[in-house]
Amino acid sequence: MRHSILAAGLALTIGTPALAQTPVLTVYTYDSFVTDWGPGPAVEEAFEATCNCDLEFVAAGDGAALLARLRLEGARTDADVVLGLDTNLTAAARETGLIAPHGLSADDLDLPIAWEDDAFLPFDWGYFAFVYDSSKTPEAPSNFRDLAQSDTKIIIQDPRSSTPGLGLLLWVKAAYGEDAAEVWQDLSDNIVTVTKGWSEAYGLFLEGESDMVLSYTTSPAYHLIAEEDPTKAAAAFDEGHYMQIEVAGIVEGSDQTDLAKSFLEFILSDGFQGVIPTTNWMYPAKVASDGLPDGFETLITPETSLIFDPSEAAMKRDVALAEWLSALSQ
Amino acid sequence: MGWGLVLALTLIVIAPVIVVAWQAGVSTDIRPEDIAAIRFTVTQAILSALVSVIVALPIARALARRQFWGRNAIITLLGAPFILPVIVAVIALLTIFGQGGILARYLAEIGFNLPSIYGLSGVVLAHVFLNVPLVTRYLLQGWNDIPAEHFRLAASLGFSARDTFRLLELPMLRATLPAAALAVFLICTTSFAVALTMGGGPRATTIELAIFQAFRFDFDLARASQLALFQLLLTGVTALVAFRVLRLASFGGGSGRPLSRPDIPKSGGLVVLDATVVAVAVVFFMAPLLSIVVRGAPHLPDLPSSIWLASLNSLLVALAAALMAVLGALGVVLAAAYGATVAGTTLRILAYLPLALSPLVLGTGLFLAINPYIDPRDVALPVAATVNAAVTLPFAVGILHPVLLRTESQYANLADSVGLTGWSRFRDLYFPASRPALGFSAGLAAALSIGDLSVIALFTGADVTTLPMQVYRLMGAYRMEDAVAASLWLLLLSLFVFWVFDWWGRRDA
Repeated sequence: MRHSILAAGLALTIGTPALAQTPVLTVYTYDSFVTDWGPGPAVEEAFEATCNCDLEFVAAGDGAALLARLRLEGARTDADVVLGLDTNLTAAARETGLIAPHGLSADDLDLPIAWEDDAFLPFDWGYFAFVYDSSKTPEAPSNFRDLAQSDTKIIIQDPRSSTPGLGLLLWVKAAYGEDAAEVWQDLSDNIVTVTKGWSEAYGLFLEGESDMVLSYTTSPAYHLIAEEDPTKAAAAFDEGHYMQIEVAGIVEGSDQTDLAKSFLEFILSDGFQGVIPTTNWMYPAKVASDGLPDGFETLITPETSLIFDPSEAAMKRDVALAEWLSALSQ
Repeated sequence: MGWGLVLALTLIVIAPVIVVAWQAGVSTDIRPEDIAAIRFTVTQAILSALVSVIVALPIARALARRQFWGRNAIITLLGAPFILPVIVAVIALLTIFGQGGILARYLAEIGFNLPSIYGLSGVVLAHVFLNVPLVTRYLLQGWNDIPAEHFRLAASLGFSARDTFRLLELPMLRATLPAAALAVFLICTTSFAVALTMGGGPRATTIELAIFQAFRFDFDLARASQLALFQLLLTGVTALVAFRVLRLASFGGGSGRPLSRPDIPKSGGLVVLDATVVAVAVVFFMAPLLSIVVRGAPHLPDLPSSIWLASLNSLLVALAAALMAVLGALGVVLAAAYGATVAGTTLRILAYLPLALSPLVLGTGLFLAINPYIDPRDVALPVAATVNAAVTLPFAVGILHPVLLRTESQYANLADSVGLTGWSRFRDLYFPASRPALGFSAGLAAALSIGDLSVIALFTGADVTTLPMQVYRLMGAYRMEDAVAASLWLLLLSLFVFWVFDWWGRRDA
């Protein structure tokens, strides 16, 4: 009896280490990065044209789930590079001891803030914003209090699994500080659902499940440029908008350190930065030589931009998360 | 063999619980969101149980007292949700009740807005969809157990409809309704896939889902263990109560025999009522599945190639789980049949224990036990198969046990007199007699395992995947057409594995 159980168990253990001729660079990233319409395919083609390697993207949920995945796998991870964390998570990611210094210079970037991180390199940035359909919602709320008072329905992401979700948490915290818990309580009846990642939330919004969705000020550019649809807009909030800077880092103990390093260099080149605006729909960390695509000039630019530095964000996260959980689980 | 099996079951069923308890320690840090998860788990399970029973009652009554063409087909179909993968049910319901679904589109045309399905309402809807057929079959059995003579007698004594109900039907309902409700409650307390897909954030998180989140969002093993302990307490107590009230074995069958009811009029308003109830039930349960077939079939050929490897993995898991569950059940039942030994009794207790354990509790324990030594991702499929086998073991034992007992009591003397002992007694007596039951329970185990989305979600990376996991990912990526097509494929596969085993059991029987 036990033999059959063991045999059945053994038969299932299929090891699948592919013995490749060319070196494989494994990059863990978030779901929307690797979709057919995301930056993944173009980035892969451009990098593989020069690296004499096989670039393999592994989608691991949304950005924050990416960090949990890295923690879960620990030193056993197959990842050589992790791409898609943001500055709200870099402190926690550093603490795992799983990120190696990149050793590259990061001057000359087109970021709104100076960059001094020796473990992570930025690849794009943007401002969080609620996106709505102006043909259905003519008057969008102009701050969180208005939103909470209206019966506008929103879809947001879980801060534990998604970087926009975490960004929103810190946005409210940065804007309201001590009053953040109260703001969340008022907002809780506006929230249709909390999704695990940005992709699900945006998909549900496009299907008409809500009036607004947490996304970016740059999201309307997608509808304008790719779909020639000018109706989608980002609501300008007078508290200011929280900024997101998305980063990539080399995984400590990677067996492809050189390749990982040249990939990080590639990230700041035109081959990568040039496709970011119209595939990831974010501002590039270093604007490519042909500038931003037409249509980006129509986007709103926040009057106040909010951001915590990485250590501050890490400190505020736990308190903000507890407030959020208790407000939303009532 | 008895003690060997005890050891194997202890390793699979008891050890994970000990590891979980050990890891959880004596921490008394209960957070508000934990309370919310426990509250939601209990609330949705109570609502699901109540609604399922209320919906099932008129359906079962109509089916019990009417004879019509297609009645048997309907009763057979009512058994289907038991082997319907949960994720398929969810996708099916979304194609009807989701914001992009058929109902929303029709309502929009007449100016109505369908409220969002996400959250408590969606979770309860899915549970009702999955459990009403079970409750209906269970109640139908209850009506069938009332002797037909009683109804004839009642009619000849001129009982009014109310008297018949009060004296004949009510006592039966008093006995069966709580048991049925309790069974649904127990099933719903361990709900994971439904909460994962239909739940909406902290407000609609079950304990199972919270365990998953502790793993996947925070990788906080101590917290996962603590939640697992809460889950264990809840299901343990429920199972203990249920075990006393519930006739487990009767969930397997379901009687097709219509009752002769001279007391019920054959025409008039009551007939119209019963016909309406049955028609509405058929539409409610078949429309979502039909819509999967209609929407999914055209997209079947264009499914991404990753589906095929995932299908192979799922088939392997299902076959291994079915083999383990059935061999395990056979061992348990045979050991018990050879007399009331300590090993036999221990085995029966161990075999029913998984009823009190949820897949994620078992999964958490096994993860903790394995993680220090082996990369859990490398054993995702064997672990999924093992946990599924453990979870289906009680059903397999429940189905096999009566059959073997009957065989033993009928043929034991004969077999003894011709010296049929040991292996040959198994080969020539027990095996042929229990083959239909073996086939049926293997089919159930395979179908349940092929659709399972719980352990695999804990253990797997993106590299090894199963079909329900792929459906979930397609759904998450909002590729609804592909998700529907993949669900249809999963549905066909689970029906297929069930049918193959069941056919093997019934062949030349």
